[in-house]
Amino acid sequence: MTTLARDPRTQFARTATELLDEDLSTALVWAEISARYLVDAVRRHPERAVNVGIREQLLVNVGAGMALTGMRPIMHTFGTFLVERAFEQVKLGFVHQGVGGVLVGVGGSFDASLSGRTHQAPGDVALMDSLPDVTIHAPGTAVEADEVIRRAVFDDGLHYVRVVEQTNRDSFSGSGLHVVRRGAGATVVALGPVLDEVLEATSDRDVTVLYAHSVRPFDARTLRSVLALPEVVLVEPWLAGTSARCVADALVDVPHRLLALGTRRTELRHYGTPAEHQRAHGLDAAGIRRSVESFLAA
Amino acid sequence: MTGDEKHSLAALSTLDVIRVLYERVLDLSPENVDDPQRDRFLLSKGHGPMAYYAVLCDQGFFPASWLDSWGTFDSPLGYHPDRNLVPGVEISSGSLGHGLPLAVGTALGLRAQGIGARVVVLVGDAELDEGSNHEALEIAAALGLDALTVVVVDNRSTSYAVPGRIAERFATEGWLVTTADGRDHDELEKVLSARGVGVPNVVVATVLDPAAGREGSAA
Repeated sequence: MTTLARDPRTQFARTATELLDEDLSTALVWAEISARYLVDAVRRHPERAVNVGIREQLLVNVGAGMALTGMRPIMHTFGTFLVERAFEQVKLGFVHQGVGGVLVGVGGSFDASLSGRTHQAPGDVALMDSLPDVTIHAPGTAVEADEVIRRAVFDDGLHYVRVVEQTNRDSFSGSGLHVVRRGAGATVVALGPVLDEVLEATSDRDVTVLYAHSVRPFDARTLRSVLALPEVVLVEPWLAGTSARCVADALVDVPHRLLALGTRRTELRHYGTPAEHQRAHGLDAAGIRRSVESFLAA
Repeated sequence: MTGDEKHSLAALSTLDVIRVLYERVLDLSPENVDDPQRDRFLLSKGHGPMAYYAVLCDQGFFPASWLDSWGTFDSPLGYHPDRNLVPGVEISSGSLGHGLPLAVGTALGLRAQGIGARVVVLVGDAELDEGSNHEALEIAAALGLDALTVVVVDNRSTSYAVPGRIAERFATEGWLVTTADGRDHDELEKVLSARGVGVPNVVVATVLDPAAGREGSAA
């Protein structure tokens, strides 16, 4: 059993290293990023822990080539370089070949607030969601990161794990939507590390709050089963509207209203802290509260 | 079997290399197609798969009756090969610059599992325009992937050729480099059977007869 780290990224390195110890078919490939976290992995498993240098197209296709030989590769770098720069390698190397692996991207929408747009990937989930049958995870704590990375490696098919520095207070075990609070009014769906903000923003409202760190497949059944008033607020810390189609599909026979919150499409062109970015996108508790008030008053 | 002009020319340029690999060099047949120990042949450029299909058919991977309907809706044989549809096809290809990186991953995967099989990947000279190949050929040498062989079928189709560049590029990275006449079966057998020790090797097979001229760079 793993010793838990403070933050999800350190946890990723620890869990991945342990998986290399536990299963000879596991391989870990990265492109310089996070090398300092992976020293033990290289020392213990030089044939299955491979740094390809600053070569992200190669990173993804090396993983795919390993998968073609029956191995289960974990591929890691910043999300933007992993699934945006190397998107065709993901699409053809994995999906079109019909092999699986686990892509672990760090940085998310605004971990790299100081680095600017080049290191930010608010569109990663939408992009991965354009491919068939990809399982997408957005762990909200180090405990959840450990759980979903293990599950993704032991499973088959293609998985994308979005590891970021924002965290929720509580961890939830298992995929699907967890019912955090039941209410008689609207349903607020929090995906990934936005749950604390959602709970604070809706603390004085009679709403249901659902949470999932498994983003795809989307748990339509739980949403339908708990829906009280046909009003849904979706909060996801990546491109606004990414999961709106899933809510629309889930409620295709239910006349409903939907507010889809997430990062804004316009480039911020500001630096500062992740918290400032969160606020600028209206994803802090105060921002979510304002949006929900206005939506429910309409 | 016919295709558009580009594909006919690409097929003519690769036929001899693919035949020699299957008939004389690789341990690869319908009998061992699912054996982890089999040698691998990856057709990276994917263009002009008629030669590839013809050799696979001739080797018994699928019946000749498949050839008549190629390109039709229900045929497993398209203008670019799909490994999920055609027995013996190791990678689905067509988009340029993927086969060599996939071959590097395949060689790493085999090495990690202690499997000594060879991995031979065919690329076109114009395909080497794609930068992704250069990421792969640097790492293959750095990691000493001596199971890996690249065959560059050079029909001088790149738009910005520099004479000798292909061989020099690989040599600079530390590959074992040989050249061959891409039509001479005995010479191809000899150079394709050789391997590097501790380094990957490349065979630059030149195909210059007019019938196999320019393959077209972008399409």
